This record gives sequence, structure tokens and C-alpha cells, in this order.
Amino acid sequence: MATTTTTAVRVSPKKEPTQTGDIVARWVTLLFAVGLLAVAVLLVYELFIGSAPAREKLGIGFLSSSKWNPVTEDFGALPFLYGTIVTSVLALLISAPMGLGAAIFLSELAPARVSNALTFVIELLAAIPSVIYGLLAIFTLVPLMRTVVEPFLKSTFGFLPLFQGPAYGVGYLTAGLVLAIMTIPFIISVSRESLLAVPREQREAALALGATRWESTWQVVVPYAKLGILGSIFLGLARALGETMAVTMVIGNDPRVHASLFSPGYTIAAVIANEFSEAGGKVHPAALIELGLVLFGLTIIINGFARLMILATTSRGSRRS
Amino acid sequence: MSTRLVWRKLVNGAMLTLTGVCTVVTVSALFLILGLLIYHGGRSLSWAFFTRLPLPPGEEGGGMANAILGSLQIVGVAAMIGLPVGFIAGVYLSEFEDKHFAGLVRYVADLLNGVPSIVVGILAWTLVVLPMRQFSGLAGSIALSFMLVPTVTRQTEQFLREVPVSFREAALALGASKWKMIATVVVPAGSKGILTGMILGVARIAGESAPLLFTALSNQFWGGLTQPTASLPVMIYNHATAPYDDWHRQAWAAGLVLIAMVLVANILARLVLAKGISVPRG
Repeated sequence: MATTTTTAVRVSPKKEPTQTGDIVARWVTLLFAVGLLAVAVLLVYELFIGSAPAREKLGIGFLSSSKWNPVTEDFGALPFLYGTIVTSVLALLISAPMGLGAAIFLSELAPARVSNALTFVIELLAAIPSVIYGLLAIFTLVPLMRTVVEPFLKSTFGFLPLFQGPAYGVGYLTAGLVLAIMTIPFIISVSRESLLAVPREQREAALALGATRWESTWQVVVPYAKLGILGSIFLGLARALGETMAVTMVIGNDPRVHASLFSPGYTIAAVIANEFSEAGGKVHPAALIELGLVLFGLTIIINGFARLMILATTSRGSRRS
Repeated sequence: MSTRLVWRKLVNGAMLTLTGVCTVVTVSALFLILGLLIYHGGRSLSWAFFTRLPLPPGEEGGGMANAILGSLQIVGVAAMIGLPVGFIAGVYLSEFEDKHFAGLVRYVADLLNGVPSIVVGILAWTLVVLPMRQFSGLAGSIALSFMLVPTVTRQTEQFLREVPVSFREAALALGASKWKMIATVVVPAGSKGILTGMILGVARIAGESAPLLFTALSNQFWGGLTQPTASLPVMIYNHATAPYDDWHRQAWAAGLVLIAMVLVANILARLVLAKGISVPRG
């Protein structure tokens, strides 16, 4: 015992030079971490400064106006907000149940090897660039929507204002469908993680009480992972709101509000993509940057919620298991 | 069996089948996408696609050599900026964390990951295009590096954390200082995972077009660091939305080339470089 204390005492003065190396390493890495924060601060600052001319000229009415006229410098965000929200909600109506279903299959039913192989395929689906989805949608989905799907919906549900008007092929419905396909992989992979974090005993207890496989899954496992699943859906929503290329290619680019899902519309990301490089004057680019600021705010809030929810479930699951 | 039990079993069977159907539909989407790209792209792909410049509409033939080279340049420069920055920030998060500040950086990195790519493009536009008064390949690279840094930071942190405490203790017990332990033991042990994360990150930005639309713009000729530069994703967008059949064929070919690059990088990263800890031998 005595020897160890003496060595410790003898070593401590030698520590001095090595400690400087540690301090340098610490400050250098800290600098880069601060750089990351700086990018975030810069992003907010530049969006705010860049949108100033539009905010001064148009005020709060910008959000509720539905005019979009670069010639008279009269801008309103409403058609774009509407299009962004309609397409994203449509997407989630399809992708949330589909994604949850697939996640249940992958975590509860499929044998581990099959589940891993399929998850790998689904991760590849998430890696496909957005412009590729757009390319496929323009040349395959749009004609299909125009000739088959939209006429069918019109003849079946035509009494609803949602499904009236001419079938163009491009529009809210097509964009929503493309977004649904693009958000499913995110919903599946995060939901699956949350479901896998549910302790085994929960399932066994339900089954031992005589529940069927589905009852144990739906009434015990899914509620346990509820927050994580909700988080995955919010994550998908944030993705859908900010998605640019695929939507730009199939939304139809019409800056007006339409009740019919068949009509061409516009989204925030799409109008920035289409008009930013050619926007002249002071107010037009600023209005586009202000739209960017609105989009940024929306996605940050939704992402923030999603991250907190996912954090809550995954930490809870691992603590109890 | 009581009717109630029959009903419960029926629901059980139906719902479980439905979950299977959801999975099959989703998974088959990948094969449908690949099949369509190979069918349409394969017919339009030729040697000229890789060696020649695009032609104006109406003229048959031509290629996208400039876009392939442009993509390599834009992504290469973005990787040179983004990978080291992200890596070092990741080392900080995993090795030197001060509880609250590291938590803040981590949360901000996750939020930056979720910022729409088009908004990141606006940032690069105000920082690079506006002062230079010109669209440039460099502006595109900077936009993409903003997207790369948070991904690489979080991946690096995650894989460094997986390195067992016993490795660190062994190094410290041999008298290594902390930074020496990180440089010679922890980072090499986590290197496979970190490399995987880096390849996936680069593959992701290689397919991005939104942030390039008004930073690198596009170009029918060769680009450069200080000139508008063509890239495959933007080229696909421009050609697919133009009303010329010949351009549509070029877009399909470009789509096939792009997806091949992205998927090969993904599969290589996920399969060949097994994730996790690589114990140095010898």
C-alpha cells in the first residue's frame, strides 16, 4: 500500500508536460465544436438579416397574403405554407400507418436475420437521392396519376371538394404520394429501434395472460414505445416539410391556394428552388429568404420535439431492460 | 372455441398479415426504383455519356462528362472541409465532454442535421455567392460541407464511445497522456466505424441537389472552383424538367450513374467495413 502511494507522489510532478498536450488537444477540439455552434448561429443570423427588406416592406401580412407578384413586389407566403402543410400531412397519412406496420413486422414477427436484411434494404431506400425520386415520379407516377388514379378517385369520391377538378397528374396529391414513399424509411428505422428497446418481459407477460400476438403487440408493446414512434413520425414530418427536389418536380408550381388535391400547387422549398437564382431587386430574394426562415422555424420546432421524444423512449427502454 | 376467441384470432391473423404487406410493399419500392432506372437508364447510357459535353436541345448524342467531373470536384472539396472538422468536433464530444456544453453541441448538431438542405443553400449563398458576386463550385462545396459536418460529428462521437473503457485504462496505465491515448488507442479502435460514417455522409451529399441550385448553379461546359459548375443531381433536375425527349434520355442515364455511385458507396460502407471496434493486432 505504502509503495503505491509513493509512486503516485513520484509520478505527479512528471505529469506537467503531458498535461499541456492534453490542454492543447482539449482546446483545439473544443474550437471545432464551437465552430459547429457558430454555423447554427450564423444560419439564423443570415436568414434574419437577409429577410429584413421583405419583413420591413411586407410586415406580418406576409404570412397571410396569397399574392405572389415579383413585378409589383407584392409577396405573400400563404399558398406556399398551405402547399407545404397539405403535401406533408397527406404524406404522413400514408407513411405513418405503413411505416408503423412494417416496423412492427420487422421488430416483432420477422426472424432476426430476415429483419436485419430487410432493414438494410430499407436503409438503402433512405439513401436514394431526392432528385432520383423526382425523376421517377415525373416519368412514371405523374402519367399514372393523370390517367388512372385521379379519374378513379374522382368517380368514386367526386362529391368531396378534395377530389374535384381536372386531373393534371402534377399537384398536391402526387407530391404527397412521393413524400410518403420518401418518409417511410425514416419512420420504419426509428420506430423499429423504439420497438426493439421494449423489454422482452413486457411481451411475455401479455402472452402469458392469454393475449394473442397482435394483442400483445398493439396493447402492450406499441404503447410502451409510443413516444419513440411519435418521434419517428415527427421526424418524417420534418423531412417532408423541407423536402425540395422531388416535390419541386411534381407539385406543378402554381402559387395559389386550391381546395382540390388534384390541382397544381407550390411549396416553400419548391419556390425557393425555382426562383432564388433568378430573383432580382431587393425584396424578391428577401421574400424568398423569409420563406426559408419560416421553413427553418417549422422544421426546427418539429425536429426538436421529435428528438426529445426519441431520447425519452430509448433511454427509458435501455434503463429498464 | 367461443366466437369471441375466433374473432380475436381472426384479428390477430389479419393484422399480422397486414404488417407483412406493409413491409413487402416498402421493400419492393427499392427494387421497383432500381428496375425502372436500369431499364430506362441502361437504354440511354453510352460511352459518350462519360466523355462528351452536353449538347443543346435538338442535337442527338452528347454526354455529361462535365457534370461527372463537377460532382467529383464539388463533393471532393466539401469532403476535404467537412470530414476533418466533423471528426475533430466528434472527438471533443466523445472524449473531452463538459456535461452541459457537450449536450448543447450534440443537440445543435442533431438540429443542423434536420435543417432542410435548401435552407443550407441559402446560407452558403449569403456567405459565398453574395461577396464573390458569382455562382461557383466553391460555394456549392461549402453548402455541402455544412451538411456533412453535423453527420460526421455525431457518427464519430458514437463510434468513439463504443471503444471499451478497458482500452483507455490500459493506455493510461502505461503512462500515456490523454491526447496520446486518444490518438494512438481510441481513434484507431473506432476507425472502422468512423470511416463507415464518413463514407455514408459523403454518399449522402453526393446526391444532394437543392443546396447546389443557387450556389454551384450548373454549366453546359467545364466548371471550376470559381465558376458555375455542373453536377449530376442538378443536371438530372434540369434535364428531366426540360421539354426535350433527348434530354429526358440523358436524365435517365445520369440517374442510373448517380444511383450506382450512391448505392455502391452505401453497400461497401455497410458490408465490407463491418461496423464497431477494430482491435489492432500485432
